Amino acid sequence: MGRQVYEAIVDGILGGGIYALMAVGLTLIFGVLDIINIAQGILVVLGAYLSYALSVHLHIDLFVGLLITVPAMFVIGVAIQWLFIRPLRGRERTSMSLLAAYAMALIIEGILYRVFGPTYVVLKASYVTSSVHLFGFYLSYIYLYGFALAVACVAALYLLLYRTRFGRSVRATMQNQTAARLVGIDVNRVAAVTFGIGVAVTAVGGMMFGATSGGFNPNSGYDLISRLLAIIILGGLGSIGGALAAAVFMTTAEALVDIWSPDWAVVVFYVALVLVLTLRPSGLFGRGPARAQ
Amino acid sequence: MTGRATGAPVPALARAWRPGGALAFLAVLAVFPQVITNATVTTIAVDTLIFAASAAAWNIFSGFSGYISLGHAVFFGAGAYTVGIAARAWHTAGDGVFALLLLAAAVAAGLAVPLGLIALRVRRHTFVVITIAFFFIAQLTATNLSVTGGSSGILAPSPNWDPTTFNDPFYYVALALLGVTAAGSWLIRGSRFGLQLRAIRDDEERAAGLGVRAMPVKLTAFVISAIITGMAGGLWFYFIGQAVPQFAFDPLFDLSVVVMAFFGGLGTISGPILGALVIEPAQQWLTLQYSSEYLSEILLGALFLVVILGLPRGVIPTAAEQIAKIRARRRPGGAPDGPTPPTPAPADPAVRETGPAVREAGPAVREAGS
Repeated sequence: MGRQVYEAIVDGILGGGIYALMAVGLTLIFGVLDIINIAQGILVVLGAYLSYALSVHLHIDLFVGLLITVPAMFVIGVAIQWLFIRPLRGRERTSMSLLAAYAMALIIEGILYRVFGPTYVVLKASYVTSSVHLFGFYLSYIYLYGFALAVACVAALYLLLYRTRFGRSVRATMQNQTAARLVGIDVNRVAAVTFGIGVAVTAVGGMMFGATSGGFNPNSGYDLISRLLAIIILGGLGSIGGALAAAVFMTTAEALVDIWSPDWAVVVFYVALVLVLTLRPSGLFGRGPARAQ
Repeated sequence: MTGRATGAPVPALARAWRPGGALAFLAVLAVFPQVITNATVTTIAVDTLIFAASAAAWNIFSGFSGYISLGHAVFFGAGAYTVGIAARAWHTAGDGVFALLLLAAAVAAGLAVPLGLIALRVRRHTFVVITIAFFFIAQLTATNLSVTGGSSGILAPSPNWDPTTFNDPFYYVALALLGVTAAGSWLIRGSRFGLQLRAIRDDEERAAGLGVRAMPVKLTAFVISAIITGMAGGLWFYFIGQAVPQFAFDPLFDLSVVVMAFFGGLGTISGPILGALVIEPAQQWLTLQYSSEYLSEILLGALFLVVILGLPRGVIPTAAEQIAKIRARRRPGGAPDGPTPPTPAPADPAVRETGPAVREAGPAVREAGS
C-alpha cells in the first residue's frame, strides 16, 4: 500500500512535468493575448503525429525529430495567430477567439483523421519500453528523459521571459497592453511570437504524450485540452508558476486515486478544480479577482 | 417595443407585423411535414428544430447575460439519460415518453442550480472553462455509472407509429418546444428581468450598484436555459433511439449551439433560430454528402471560421443595420426620429437599452418571418 502511494507520487511528479510544459504554453498565450487557445489539445496531438511520421517514415529518433517539429509547430502557431486570431476585434473578442480556436481544432482533427485514420498509434523507441531500477522503483527511461526535457524547456522559457529584452516586452504586454504599446513595444509582434512559442512547446509535449500515453488518435485532443484547461485555471490564469504547481498536483492526485479506482481517476482533475474555485475563484496563484475575470 | 427607447415611435402597423410575421413563420413550419414527406428531409427537419430550440435556449442565458457557456451539453445529455432511465424503469412507451420530458426538465433544473451557484461566481474565461469542466465531469460520470449503461449507453423504447408519418410526432413536439422557447425569449427580453440580464452583460459591477441582484438574476436565466436544453435532449434521445456518453454529452453540441447563436446574432430572438435553420441542415447535408465524416468535420470547421471572421456580429444585426441605413437615406434631412445606426445614447450604460442588439429585435423577428 505505502509502496503504491510512493509510486503514484513519483509517477505524478514525472507526468506532471510533461503536462506543465503544455500548460505553460497555454497560460502564456492567455496572459499575452487574453484568449484561451482551445486548440492546444489537438495541437499537442498534431505534434505527436509529426513525431510519429518522422520516426516511422524517416526513421528519425524521437528526440532528434524535435529539431524539426518544434520549429514546424512554431510556424503553425504564428500562422494561426496571424490568420485567425489577430483579425478578431470588438466586444465579443473573447468568445469569438474561443470559437475560432475551436473551429481550428475541428479542422486539424478532421485532417488528422483523414491522414492517419482513427486507429490508435503509439510512439516507439528503445527507451520507451525499457526501464531503469532507481530508488527502488522501475521507471521507464522515457519518463526520466521527458521529465528532464520538460524541466529544461520550462527553465528556458523562464529565462526567456525574465532575462531577455523580448521577455520583458512579453511581461509588459501581459500586465497592460495599452501601456506596453505606449512605451514602444510592438504588441502585434509580441502576440504573434508568444502564440508561436506557446504552440511550439506542444511539439515537445506531443512527443512525450505520444510516447507515454499508451496510444493516441485524433480524438485524444479533447481529453488533453480539458486537462490543460483545468490545470491553468487551477493554477490561476496567466500564472506560469501556478501552471507548474497545478500540473504536478493534478497528475499526482490522479495517480493516487488511480490506485483505488482507475475509472474515477480522471474525474479528480475536475472535481479538484471545482472545489478550489469554490473556495478561491481566482485559482491557487491567481492575481486576484481583477485578473481572474 | 424597443424602438421607443431610442425615441422613435414604432408605427402601429410594424408593431402588429412582427408577431404576425413570427406566427406566419410558425404556420409555415407547422405545414412543412404535411407537404414534404420525404423521410430523409423530415429527419433533418426534426434534428434542426431540436437544435433551434437548444440554440435559442442557450441564447436566453449566454446571449442575454454575456456569460458564454460551453457546457450546455450537460443539460442536453442529462435530459437524454433521464428520459432513457425513466422509460426503462417504468416501461413507458409510445406517446407517454413525451410526458417524461417534464421529468427531464426537472432534472436539468436540479442540476443547473448547484452548477450555476459554483460557476456563476467567476466570469469570462474562467466561467467558460468551468462549464467545460462540468461537461467532462458529466461525460465521465455517464461512462462510469451502471445506471447509465456505461459506454454502451441506454436504448430508447421504439415507438410503434405508422412508418410513413413516423417523424411527425417528434416534429410537432420539437416545434412546440421551439415555439415556447422563442415566445419565452421574447417575453424575457421585453421584461424587467431581461433588462437586468443585459445590464449584467454590459457591466456587472455597475448593474449591481444600481440594485440588480446579479446572482439570482443570472441563476434564474441559467436554470431556464437548462430546463429547455434538458427537454431538447430528452426529445433528441427518443428520436435518435439511443444515448451513449460521447454523443449525449457531445462537445460538438456545445460548439454548434454557440456558433448558431453567433451566426444569427447573439442576444437577438430570431438569430439563434435562424442560425440553427441554416447550420444544422448544412451540417447534416455535409455528412450525408461526404460519407467520410472527417471531411464534413473539416468543412464544418471552415464554415465556422468563415462565420466568425466574416460575420462577427451575426446575420440579423448586420442585416438590421443595413435596413436602418437604407431607411435613413430614404428620408431626406436625416429624420431626427429615424432609427440611426447604433450609438450609445443615454449616459448610463447599465440602464440604457443595451447596445445594438436591443434595437434590432424588431427587424430580427421580421427577418425570420419573411
